[in-house]
Amino acid sequence: MAGTEKRHQSRNGYMVGLKWLIAAIAVGSSWSVLADWSALNMTQGVTEISREVYDLHMLIFGICVLIGIIVFGIMIWSMLVHRKSLGHEPATFSHNTKLEYAWTIIPIFILIGMAVPATSTLRDMYDSSNADIDIEVRGYQWKWQYTYLNDDPAQEVKFMSSLLTPPDEFYNRAPKREHYLSDVDNPLVIPINKRVRFLITSNDVIHSWWVPDFAVKKDAIPGFVHESWAVVEEPGIYRGKCTELCGKDHGFMPIVVKAVEQQEYESWLAMKQQEAKDVYETVGKTWSMAELMETGEQVYIQHCATCHQINGEGIPPAFPSLVGQGLAVGDLDGHVDIVVNGKAGSAMQAFAAQLNPAEIAAVVTYERNAWGNDVGDLVQPREVNALIVAEE
Amino acid sequence: MSAVIESHHDDDHHHGPDKGLMRWVLTTNHKDIGTLYLWFSFSMFLIGGCMALVIRAELFQPGLQLVVPEFFNQMTTMHGLIMVFGAVMPAFVGLANWLVPMMIGAPDMALPRMNNYSFWILPFAFAMLLSTLFMEGGAPNFGWTFYAPLSTEYAPPSVTFFIFAVHLMGISSIMGSINVVVTILNLRAPGMRLMDMPLFVWTWLITAYLLIAVMPVLAGVVTMMLMDIHFGTAFFNAGGGGDPVLFQHVFWFFGHPEVYIMILPAFGVVSAIIPTFARKKLFGYDSMVYATASIAFLSFIVWAHHMFTVGMPIAGELYFMYATMLIAVPTGVKVFNWVATMWQGSMTFETPMLFAIAFVILFTIGGLSGLMLAIVPADFQYHDTYFVVAHFHYVLVPGSIFSIMAAAYYWLPKWTGNMYDETLGKTHFWLSFVGVNVTFFPQHFIGLAGMPRRYPDYALQFADWNMVSSVGAFIFGFSQLLFLFIVIKCVMGGKKATDEVWDGAEGLEWTIASPAPYHTFSTPPALPERAMA
Repeated sequence: MAGTEKRHQSRNGYMVGLKWLIAAIAVGSSWSVLADWSALNMTQGVTEISREVYDLHMLIFGICVLIGIIVFGIMIWSMLVHRKSLGHEPATFSHNTKLEYAWTIIPIFILIGMAVPATSTLRDMYDSSNADIDIEVRGYQWKWQYTYLNDDPAQEVKFMSSLLTPPDEFYNRAPKREHYLSDVDNPLVIPINKRVRFLITSNDVIHSWWVPDFAVKKDAIPGFVHESWAVVEEPGIYRGKCTELCGKDHGFMPIVVKAVEQQEYESWLAMKQQEAKDVYETVGKTWSMAELMETGEQVYIQHCATCHQINGEGIPPAFPSLVGQGLAVGDLDGHVDIVVNGKAGSAMQAFAAQLNPAEIAAVVTYERNAWGNDVGDLVQPREVNALIVAEE
Repeated sequence: MSAVIESHHDDDHHHGPDKGLMRWVLTTNHKDIGTLYLWFSFSMFLIGGCMALVIRAELFQPGLQLVVPEFFNQMTTMHGLIMVFGAVMPAFVGLANWLVPMMIGAPDMALPRMNNYSFWILPFAFAMLLSTLFMEGGAPNFGWTFYAPLSTEYAPPSVTFFIFAVHLMGISSIMGSINVVVTILNLRAPGMRLMDMPLFVWTWLITAYLLIAVMPVLAGVVTMMLMDIHFGTAFFNAGGGGDPVLFQHVFWFFGHPEVYIMILPAFGVVSAIIPTFARKKLFGYDSMVYATASIAFLSFIVWAHHMFTVGMPIAGELYFMYATMLIAVPTGVKVFNWVATMWQGSMTFETPMLFAIAFVILFTIGGLSGLMLAIVPADFQYHDTYFVVAHFHYVLVPGSIFSIMAAAYYWLPKWTGNMYDETLGKTHFWLSFVGVNVTFFPQHFIGLAGMPRRYPDYALQFADWNMVSSVGAFIFGFSQLLFLFIVIKCVMGGKKATDEVWDGAEGLEWTIASPAPYHTFSTPPALPERAMA
């Protein structure tokens, strides 16, 4: 009598269990239909390596989901069936040597199954030999500098790449446009189907250069140069981000890489080389106050305003005010020096590496004569150039 | 030992706590100190939680609405530091204080005066840390991992206060863990072998060794920072011949065992609760002990899996990948043992059991995402994104914190003599369970889709799931006020608890009266016949 009742109860338990499982599967499958996968998953990217990484990710994800379904399935079944309220009597076992061996050894084989493809992908990623193009990627607080290395220094192309989104958009004073926080003024341009090697380093704190579509993420560390590489197969614009906390504007130094056909790349490179020559010539001429102020304002907004702010008042004490105090209204040589060489132990960088002499002269002149500062003097690009050359 | 027993005066037996505030300042009683730790931890949990809500409120929508990036970085940093060092670690020390002596039949902790010191250092350490929020230049803003040179050359002036606060916390932890080790090794009831100890005692014994091993390393790394900042050394400054990556190696040599310090006692708690409510003995006690020890050992040799993107040579990457994957084996054993304990049990689902089961499921999800993170090529895509944020919050919030809540509900009747309100407890559980998953599950998606962590603002494609995550965070955050109410209500009164409290409960703590008298086991208890079959 008691036996039949117990059997009846456990049958009841199984029915309850089955109903719950069916309900869970129904909810789960309708959810997956609704979901927009591209917003939920890793990108497959545009290189052979990035696709390998994606496949590896999906393989391991699949294994984890399978393990989850089995373990949670058993747990949930047990919770629905082995309940006191259904009259289930507790068993008395507390050991099972065979089972315990099995669930120690089987996972080791599963892990080996994961480690094998992971190892082979990693070996491919670490082979950065035979590059067609070498580009130095240098992190700054809070922008990137790209240098196309060339045996002839005169042919070297070097430029800064910083956020294009205006502060009005992130402070909600203007509507946010497409590519909000993901656009830069000067994207990195590379040719498709060429092995491009990135030599990644930093000028100040640690940054990390990440382009998801290439599966390239490498920390940019001062004093170290790390290598990574990509062969991009499709022309397009690929966006990435800094992924190592690097201070205030960590979230505001995106990466944009434009992959183009070889021909387009060559003409772009030639144009950049010409630009560098032009700049060199402008350094020699004598600039008027108005010219310096105009260029200075542009340079200031692009390179100085994130710290010293548009109105020059800074965010003391980390970023001092330039209005009516300090070097900006004091000694001209000292002012040029701090812009050229930076200030050790502070966030003030040595801008000689980032700006050309004309830009430095312009921004110094601008700071001395903007926001009510009225020192009235100016500095010529050739003077700045002379200083930089003398120091070298 | 016998000298101690002989010099014991009988009139001590009946003396209760002192009256007033000085009771708490001067107390050397393990139960009082446990209570102090737990309340301190809860207040830090609320402060750190408020910081988390500032973060989530700012991330509710794209754009900068509430705070500027400088302050946002201070919030992420302080949230991490306070939750790790102020909420989770002291909570487990509080549980150890309350429970270890009662579980092993000891009258108190072995070193009661040091116990008092190790608690009372903490309020000063955290007052110092929190005071940096009001300093010129603001609080530490370099992340709870404080990577150099952002935390040295480029740090705000308050970094020095941060360093001294960390030193104080370290001293407190080391003293606390020495106390736990000495208590467990010396004060067990006669006849209790190591392999007879409840698993909570075992996990704490191992945790205490981890603490003693790694807190000095943390102290070392912050001292090197201090030297770099104030005394002209260049440990971490490449310009002076130092190495910024050295910082990360030393930090994570502390940091990885640290994360197990925050989870091993949770394993102990869950291993006590599940058998009680399944009315069935814990499955595989011996393998649980060995698995815990294995995890602790492995924790020392996997640190650089936090640093796969720093440019280590391939041999290093492969070694740390394989070693890290190996952790899945003992961790899997633990999960399988808990499931096997539930299997064929006679389960009821009171609040502690609900939290314990949620722990097993959600911790396992965190463990599986941890396995994914161990795979180096995939980690290049996951590293420092919200996928990592989701991973470690899954093991810390529904992991460590759920286990602490489970422990609070499970032992509250023993501590207070009153039953907590079961309906409110279950409400608290379900709100927390839903809140935690709505907060952290979408963060897996945000991370895979490409949003880095520690970003005060983000591109538009991440907007939807960030909004969902923020809603979840507020549900979770505010439901903790209900927890506070339930605990206070239980302390004030309620249905009287029996001595055994739960019908399936085993262990010495259930053999004493509820509430536990101020002094217990002044004479060692006689153990029931061998617990281990």
